[in-house]
Amino acid sequence: MKETPLSNCERRFLLRAIEEKKRLDGRQTYDYRNIKITFGTDYGCCIVELGKTRVLGQVSCELVSPKLNRATEGILFFNLELSQMAAPAFEPGRQSDLLVKLNRLLERCLRNSKCIDTESLCVVAGEKVWQIRVDLHLLNHDGNIIDAASIAAIVALCHFRRPDVSVQGDEVTLYTPEERDPVPLSIHHMPICVSFAFFQQGTYLLVDPNEREERVMDGLLVIAMNKHREICTIQSSGGIMLLKDQVLRCSKIAGVKVLEITELIQKALENDQKVRKEGGKFGFAESIASQRITAFKMEKAPIDTSDVEEKAEEIIAEAEPPSEVFLNLLRVSKPVLWTPGTAQIGEGIENSWGDLEDSEKEEDDEGGSDEAIILDSIKMDTREVSNIGSQDAPIVLSDSEEEEMIILEPDKNPKKIRTQTISAKQEKAPSKKPVKKRKKKRAAN
Amino acid sequence: MAGVVAVAAESLAGGRARAARTVLDQVVLPGEELLLPEQEDAEGPGGTGERPLRLNAGVRARVRVVCGPGLRRCGDRLLVTKCGRLRYKEPGGSGGGVYWVDSQQKRYVPVKGDHVIGIVTAKSGDIFKVDVGGSEPASLSYLAFEGATKRNRPNVQVGDLIYGQFVVANKDMEPEMVCIDSCGRANGMGVIGQDGLLFKVTLGLIRKLLAPDCEILQEVGKLYPLEIVFGMNGRIWVKAKTIQQTLILANILEACEHMTADQRKQIFSRLAES
Repeated sequence: MKETPLSNCERRFLLRAIEEKKRLDGRQTYDYRNIKITFGTDYGCCIVELGKTRVLGQVSCELVSPKLNRATEGILFFNLELSQMAAPAFEPGRQSDLLVKLNRLLERCLRNSKCIDTESLCVVAGEKVWQIRVDLHLLNHDGNIIDAASIAAIVALCHFRRPDVSVQGDEVTLYTPEERDPVPLSIHHMPICVSFAFFQQGTYLLVDPNEREERVMDGLLVIAMNKHREICTIQSSGGIMLLKDQVLRCSKIAGVKVLEITELIQKALENDQKVRKEGGKFGFAESIASQRITAFKMEKAPIDTSDVEEKAEEIIAEAEPPSEVFLNLLRVSKPVLWTPGTAQIGEGIENSWGDLEDSEKEEDDEGGSDEAIILDSIKMDTREVSNIGSQDAPIVLSDSEEEEMIILEPDKNPKKIRTQTISAKQEKAPSKKPVKKRKKKRAAN
Repeated sequence: MAGVVAVAAESLAGGRARAARTVLDQVVLPGEELLLPEQEDAEGPGGTGERPLRLNAGVRARVRVVCGPGLRRCGDRLLVTKCGRLRYKEPGGSGGGVYWVDSQQKRYVPVKGDHVIGIVTAKSGDIFKVDVGGSEPASLSYLAFEGATKRNRPNVQVGDLIYGQFVVANKDMEPEMVCIDSCGRANGMGVIGQDGLLFKVTLGLIRKLLAPDCEILQEVGKLYPLEIVFGMNGRIWVKAKTIQQTLILANILEACEHMTADQRKQIFSRLAES
């Protein structure tokens, strides 16, 4: 859809209001909107709300071969996507300018500032390193995407835990989350972007512009800083002429704001850590408040979910069979309790990617993996992990042609990689192994 | 009556129809079928087709029931197409009354006869293209203003706000709007003034504010002198004496959606003091 045009009357009103130092929501010139940080059930998943702008961040990791010219460093990969639900104007393929600009800025802020210690991501020099992937999705656009995205990225990275690895001589052991607690990433500092919008050729300045203010602004200055007052990135767009003292003033304001935001992030991380340790309820189901549409509501009834699996099985066993239409949809109806308060029934539609030739190879090699260990994303489904105990076949890491994957030749003393998990994130989307199990069920029926 | 209640009680899982009378003011979901009062007798207990013998079976008053937004005719039943609360309005004179579903949404779909606020996006030849928040821009002829003739064109620029009503609005054609009523008078429609603030709210809030005897509007009117225009497409234009007052009004109206009456009264009294 086309973007809603800005009417003359709105533009005039906004500029007049800014001249009188008034903002639409009653903020002061240097005020940020309310920042809310909530975490999901798996490590590395968070939602950051800056006013009404919402960004979802998810970090995942994978063992790959390093780049040829950086054999001892891990690989970082950042990706911001503007979801179609964020604004009616966002369509697949339409918003490329804005997307490219935001992605470049985010990469410069996070990669060039060296906030993550990439040397610590190396497992075996020249052969195996961790690839950390940060995926950000914009869920709602109400201005200032870059700030929200940078906060979401750094919060997700700080929250993430990767599987523990130990190297003894030639043997590399990768532990599952059940065997050894996953370890956090080693993060040096937290760079955070602060945006300044300029109006009337630089006369008026606003911090954290919302969507309306962004439409009428002349130019934008983004400063990425950390709490030690080190500038990581600075970018000015819009073609306005800024004076030296204006930029200096902005950097001082940015320093103050970054300090506040960093404190907020630390508090949120500590709270989440505490709740997890004490066994309380955590995850999005708890922390995201339900929106009210009407002004009247009933009090929530507390539900004890400790025996939900047994209860549900009883109910399902006693209930009459559903009609034919629903039978095909409700293949797997056994509920799984992830954490207190968050359960899942079924796993969505069958994965139609499972009909690749790789699926036959995987069917033979089931090994000791149980149902709970699921591969990360559909893209990764096409990659195979080495079989347990099979020392003859070459280890094929990836079938995708986009990345340069080096196929290792079998050595005399091959490195045994003990388990098959390569992702700390338990994927809820349909994946190959359950599909395979379902096929077997149908064959039995 | 007992038969009707039994049907309602056991119909939840099976997609069997319920009597509309029993689900008034309750939440209905798309796909549910509702029975009108005259059909309840025909179903009988359990719906298995055991018809009680009746005298004068053939003579039944046929009333005309209007099915409003969110409902559709499906055979001789009503099919729910939107989720929300089922409402009913008693008929004034003859007729069977109106049933509709009160749902909430932000995206507007043009409906014939609705008064909306549009933004002029283009002037091409004899018509203006006006964005009304729907899937297509509406077209507005330059002659559709009061006192407009071929020599005397209205003064409308790109980016201006227009208050008009739809004369053509269906899913097959581009919507058309006009700024005069059937007698040729403006009646409040036309170009909206230069100052003031335009903001967007949900469609349900607009309907609430436009209902007769809306308390919110009366209270707001007592606060400051103001000009206000409501568009059924979720857009409100408001203008008060100063920018500060305009901003306060805009924020109050946006917040009214989620406030109870008491909270609202508190806020208004606090504002009236300051």
